[in-house]
Amino acid sequence: MANNYLDFEKPILDLENKIEELNQISTIEGRDVSEELRRLRKKLDQLRKNVYSNLTPWQKTLLARHAQRPNILDYVSLMMEEFYELHGDRTYGDDPAIITGLARLEGSPVAVVGHRKGKNTRENIERNFGMPAPEGYRKALRIMKLAEKFKIPVITFIDTPGAYPGIGAEERGQGEAIARNLYEMSCLKTPVVVVVSGEGGSGGALAIGVGDSILILENAVYSVISPESCSSILWRETSRAEDAARALKMTAQDLKELGVVDRILPEPVGGAHRNYEEMGATLKEALLEVLEDLRRIPPEQLVAKRLERFRKIGAC
Amino acid sequence: MTWFKKKKLKPAASEKKVVTSKGLWDKCKNCREIIYKKEIEKNFRVCPKCNYHFRITAEERIRIVADTESFREMDADLVSSDPIHFRDSRKYRDRLKEGEKRTGKKDALLCGDARIDGLPVILAVFDFAFMGGSMGSVVGEKIVRGMERALTRKMPFISFASSGGARMQEGIVSLMQMAKTSAAVARLGKAGVPFISVLTDPTFGGVTASFAMLGDVIIAEPRALIGFAGPRVIEQTIREKLPEGFQRAEFLLEHGMVDMIVERRELKNTLAGLVRMFGHEL
Ligand SMILES: [Zn+2]
Repeated sequence: MANNYLDFEKPILDLENKIEELNQISTIEGRDVSEELRRLRKKLDQLRKNVYSNLTPWQKTLLARHAQRPNILDYVSLMMEEFYELHGDRTYGDDPAIITGLARLEGSPVAVVGHRKGKNTRENIERNFGMPAPEGYRKALRIMKLAEKFKIPVITFIDTPGAYPGIGAEERGQGEAIARNLYEMSCLKTPVVVVVSGEGGSGGALAIGVGDSILILENAVYSVISPESCSSILWRETSRAEDAARALKMTAQDLKELGVVDRILPEPVGGAHRNYEEMGATLKEALLEVLEDLRRIPPEQLVAKRLERFRKIGAC
Repeated sequence: MTWFKKKKLKPAASEKKVVTSKGLWDKCKNCREIIYKKEIEKNFRVCPKCNYHFRITAEERIRIVADTESFREMDADLVSSDPIHFRDSRKYRDRLKEGEKRTGKKDALLCGDARIDGLPVILAVFDFAFMGGSMGSVVGEKIVRGMERALTRKMPFISFASSGGARMQEGIVSLMQMAKTSAAVARLGKAGVPFISVLTDPTFGGVTASFAMLGDVIIAEPRALIGFAGPRVIEQTIREKLPEGFQRAEFLLEHGMVDMIVERRELKNTLAGLVRMFGHEL
């Protein structure tokens, strides 16, 4: 799966290919290459460690956007049982860029809400590249209010380049839809756990991102603007995206330092897409822990703490 | 109810410059007529020929809607801490200094107590000339403090937006101001304190997608450009020309996104009337 690899992963790919070749040679020619293989595998481990523990913000951005990165539906099937997808905003339509539904996590009902990018061109066209329209946000809000009504905790998954910039989206009130979610989520009387699982693209991400506990995967990013747009606006050239990614402080580690996220979840070596099971297990364990804590807090107190949390960000 | 008659508007600071023959006249950006400056000022900075509403400073806005000398600014000294130590081709701190030089303000919003036709209110007014009216930590904090004051004093909160959106130079901290200000509107809402949002030219991005679209009543100025995504971004995405009048105040009214379009000369009148409707009489 060569197309699985990003440019900076090329040395790893090369070494993997070399090992593969050697393996084939040994089966075909019956030559003993075990010593050579051991040496190369050790080298590969070291190389992986070097590459993945020194990722630049831009490289993380590329990993966060990786086409094979697990999405909300993968996480639902990796971690949960009995999923009922719920559709539509009851006003205009059903936005495939946002998935909403009910499922069981270790037996307990949870509401899931999240962006859904595609893994290939066909899926991406279907899902509008994970860029929601107002009806997507309104569907999300409808399901969150439903969860509040039946005292079900909400888990949201953030993975979007941003809210869709289009004529219809503006006509139907993209700004209002996002704003309304921020308003309602800030005082939703049920636990809300936010998982920044991939790309957190600006207001389109935040619109499902107001919660009691905010988790982020190790290589996920979250920013007020994409590095590409930032580069073209502030540097007036598109080629400075790497610099913009660094300047924007958009990595999980930066966000933890800024107090915007609570917890960073480690990804499998090479990124979440390299081992779905491992990633699912890590996330599930964290969600169970967080939910256990949040369930103990009375709803009024939960809301008060949530308001306080966002009140403090950037308080001068 | 003609409390507007005879209320003299002082010229804005920028207009006090040495009067040259050129300085006496202004060209309307819309109809391109050359008009005597004093005439524009008398007309609330609206073109007397075509009704084009000029962009105005926060001070001019306050002079137009608040009772004379009634505005008391709060938190004037709040300054950005440059939370992500941002620099692009220039340092963010230098851009802030430049904004201050240009506008005489430390950031892009004035907030404070005022009276409108005698009624006590809190006003929050953006100044587009300060870094495009962008919302960072200071703007967000001032809005929330203003709303908190409105909450404890049970005074109506009125905002005048004019902003390109969230301030890139404060990264995620700016983005979070959207959540912070929207949560503050929710608190006002639950306490039954009125919030009137006035959208002026231009209002975009993270300001549209937060408190500004959450007013109990939303007013827009004629022909103001208002939206979430900027027109250029939309054009690049859909690779089409945008229809005539797209994202103008009239377009938003037609699509049910604002309650009314109010001309600047009627704004004070309308705000006072609405505030009274919500039970805030003198
Ligand atoms: Zn004119």
